[in-house]
Parts: sequence; C-alpha cells; structure tokens
Amino acid sequence: MNMKVNIAGVEWNNPVTVASGTFGSGKEYGEFVDLNKIGAITTKGVANVPWPGNPTPRIAETYGGMINAIGLQNPGIDLFCQRDIPYLQKFADTKIIVNVCGKSTEDYCEVVERLADEKVDMLEINISCPNVKEGGIAFGQDPKAVEAITKEMKKRAKQPVIMKLSPNVTNIAEMALAAEAGGADALSLINTLTGMKIDINRRTFALANKTGGLSGPAIKPVAVRMVYQVAQAVSIPIIGMGGIMNAEDALEFIMAGANAVSIGTANFHNPKVTEEVIAGIESFMKENNIKDINDLVGCVK
Amino acid sequence: MSDKVIKDTIITSSVKMSEGIYSMWLKEEEIAKAAKPGQFVSLYCKEGSQLLPRPISICEIDKKQGLVRLVYRVAGKGTLEFSNMQAGDSIKIMGPLGNGFTLEGKKVILIGGGIGIPPMLELAKSLDANVQVVLGYRDGDLFLKEEFEPYGTVYVSTEDGSVGTKGNVIDAINENNLEADMIFSCGPTPMLKGVKAYAMKNGIKAQISLEEKMACGIGACLACVCKSKEKDSHTNVNNKRICKDGPVFYVEEIDL
Repeated sequence: MNMKVNIAGVEWNNPVTVASGTFGSGKEYGEFVDLNKIGAITTKGVANVPWPGNPTPRIAETYGGMINAIGLQNPGIDLFCQRDIPYLQKFADTKIIVNVCGKSTEDYCEVVERLADEKVDMLEINISCPNVKEGGIAFGQDPKAVEAITKEMKKRAKQPVIMKLSPNVTNIAEMALAAEAGGADALSLINTLTGMKIDINRRTFALANKTGGLSGPAIKPVAVRMVYQVAQAVSIPIIGMGGIMNAEDALEFIMAGANAVSIGTANFHNPKVTEEVIAGIESFMKENNIKDINDLVGCVK
Repeated sequence: MSDKVIKDTIITSSVKMSEGIYSMWLKEEEIAKAAKPGQFVSLYCKEGSQLLPRPISICEIDKKQGLVRLVYRVAGKGTLEFSNMQAGDSIKIMGPLGNGFTLEGKKVILIGGGIGIPPMLELAKSLDANVQVVLGYRDGDLFLKEEFEPYGTVYVSTEDGSVGTKGNVIDAINENNLEADMIFSCGPTPMLKGVKAYAMKNGIKAQISLEEKMACGIGACLACVCKSKEKDSHTNVNNKRICKDGPVFYVEEIDL
C-alpha cells in the first residue's frame, strides 16, 4: 500500500500536513504525537521582522468552529531560522513547509530570500495578509496581485512555492489560475473565511479585532467545493484544508481533487488527530483494497 | 517527555456548591501525581459543535488517592455541559497545564476573587508559611470559604457589605492591617490591577494568575497572550503565553 505523495517534486511519506498557525513549529504538539509520522509540518507564518499580533481576545468559539484574529504574531525570520528550523530538522522523515507572511511585496521577498539557503523543503505563501501599499486589501483578493506576487516569489525562491488561497473571493478558480500563471508549484486552500461574533451580554464584538477567520468543521462543505472547483481548473498539485476532523473528512478532500490535506483547528480539539487521520486513511485503503492513495485523488468528477 | 497527559477519565463526584458554582472530583492518577498548585487542566465537551477545550484551574490535588478537584462557574455551553455530568460519567481531560505558583514567603496573603478563589485552596494547603487568606465575593454566598479555615486566617470582603469588609479585597487587607512578605492572587483583571498596585506600592513581592480565551492550551496557537515588560525569549515580542509561560506571573513581569 502506498501512502507517499509527490507535491511539486517533494515526496511526503503520507498526504497529511498541518494548517499554518495551528501547530506552531511542532514543538508543543511533539508532546502528544510522533512528529516523524506526519507527512509534512507547515509552520506558523513567519515575517521578515517580529510581529506582536493583535490585542486579546484573539479567539472565540462558534458553532462547529472558531474565529481567530491572532494577527500573525511571529518571532521574525532570524530567530525562526536559528531555533525553529533546526528543531524541525530532527524529524528526518517529515518535510518542512515554511509559511511566509508580509505586509508588502518587499517583506515577502526578504523572507523568501533569507530561506533560500535554509534546509526547508517547501514554502507556503500566505496571501491573505493585508497589503499596506494597496490600502490594506489582501494580496489574495485580486487575480492580478496574486499573479504578480507569485512571480516575485518564484524569482527568488529556491524551494517549490505553494500559494495559499483565500476563500474570501467571488471566484476561487480565477485566483488559482492567476497563481498558476505566475508560476506557482502548488496551491493550498482554503484559508479561513472572514467572520464575526457578537457578545450580546456585553454588547461588544467577541474579538478585539472585530472580525476573525472562521475555521473548523463549520466551513468544510465550502472548502470541499472550492478544492473541487480549483482541481477542475488547474494542473498543479493541491493541498486541501478547511474543517478536517478525521480520516473521512480528509478523504472527501482527496476525492474532490486534493493531493494532500492539512489539519488545523482539529488539533485544538484533539492533539493526536494528525496520527489518527493518517491511520484512518490507511484503514480505509485496506478495507477498500486501494493500493495507492494517489488513485483516490480527484476520483469524484 | 512531558508530564502532560490527555485521556478519558472518570468523575467521582459532581456537586452544585452555590448558584452557578460547581465542584467536581476526577480520578486521574497521572495528573494528580504531576500537578502543582496554580496549574490548570483542559476539559473537552462531548457536544461536537463545541470544539475548544475549557481551561479550568485545579482547586485541590489528592496525590494519595489520585484525585483532582475542579471548582468552576457555569459561564457558557461547555461548563453547562460539565455541570450536568454525574459521578461515574467519563470526561476527556488534558493536563496538568501551565507553570503554577512558586511556593515562597514566610508571611503570605492569598487573595482570591470570585471564580479566582478555587486555585488558592491547593496553594493554601501547600505553603509552609504563616497564611492569611483574603476572599472577595459579590455577596453573602461564600463558596469554599470554610474550606480555607484549616490552613490560615480567612478574611472576607463583599461588594454588598453583607459579610466582612464592604468593598474589595484591598479594602479588607487595609481594614485588617494585614502584613506580608509575599502575595499570591487570582481573580478578575480589575482586582489583579488593584493587587499589583498594592504590592508595588508596599514593596511586596507578588504572583498573580491570569485568564484569557484559549484555544490549544499548550502554547502553540498564541491566542492567550498577555503584554510583558521585557521582550519574551520565545515569542521575540513583548507577549507571553498565558497557557504555557503562565498562568502565574510576577506582577512586575507583565502589563495588565
């Protein structure tokens, strides 16, 4: 039985990674799961300089999910390279995907250039960050901006580039095609859906930031639909995510066209979920006599 | 390896203490063995739409019998679910989490306010010191007060003046002329601000336990941060993680 997948020339031992921001750089979850068993670890977003993030409260639970506005707090690329990359390199079987964030094209370029000589396997570019030069609209909400930033990343990156798409758009396939046209090696989707929660007793927003990104099983049908639409439109590999809680959910994404999957919010509900999803996919394959996980990718048309 | 565990455990007792306040004992030997006063656990809901674990402070630890006690307020759907559970029911728990109090001081004041009172009980039992306990309540519903009495002198403040000092915990300290070389405190942020100001003004060392909305509970997601005076070595910014670096901090470490 083959669980290996090839994402843009990088071979993962299995098709499971974690969604950026839910897993830090792995250390905290290493107390609960064997990090060597996860196909790839996607780190929390890292910028050129440390970011303090948003005021609290930064999260609120919602029905079947949560909204977050952490504000991409991160220690900056220098400390990240000194501390987090060497930590992740201890898990030789697991690929390292570094998620990159920035407020301007220059910010992104600086991080990608800094990572060129580091031993990381792939880069994931978070284009849901607000573009300060373009009045704060996210890079990922305009196809021209998606193509332009993808080109800039590809010019500088030594590792394969995964563009992470925002679902807060009218036509996700258009964004996917723009990233592909810009030279993206792979796509990941979906990022969180912008949401809001109001505390009726205090008559205030539940989050200090007013809005936050909705994640968790509440968004899964939207995510599966978007993965399907993107899979129909592009020919590059797709990492699917959005509300995966178990192996059945992961298989839905794979059958919709994802070559691999990311697990995010479910880590908060069950710190051992990554290993359980991998085992669950294997059991499904055994029960259904499937020899290769890749045979299931996009099998529902 | 860490001393944290996550597992299904059995509730050995679950009782209502007063309006909206519940007490639960759990049979969990590993957590009981590892836990220190001031640490907390995460409890998971059975209702599937409630994904996030509920952080609850440890009120008492019985290492001999392998039991942990939680006293909590029903604040939403998750804690409401726990309050409806009974002895014999199982519940998923992760812990022990956070740093806990550093046991120090010869003459100490433990200050608890509202649902910040429970973690002070295990601390009162654990300290080898002259213990004075100041408990702040809204009204005459003095949950847990009697349980502190074997471990120190207990003073009470109530907002409505029905018992003890009318006013807040600092009013009670002043009215009773309490002195100390160490303060420990847990309670609502306005109270902790008052405790910090009192401790700094009087040159008394103080540890306070903070609360914030949490997601992972183990230091990965960066939801529950507080502002720190110095740049934190892990986050590389002036933020500390309440779930991992705290919940207990020295007052001078943080901005409230």
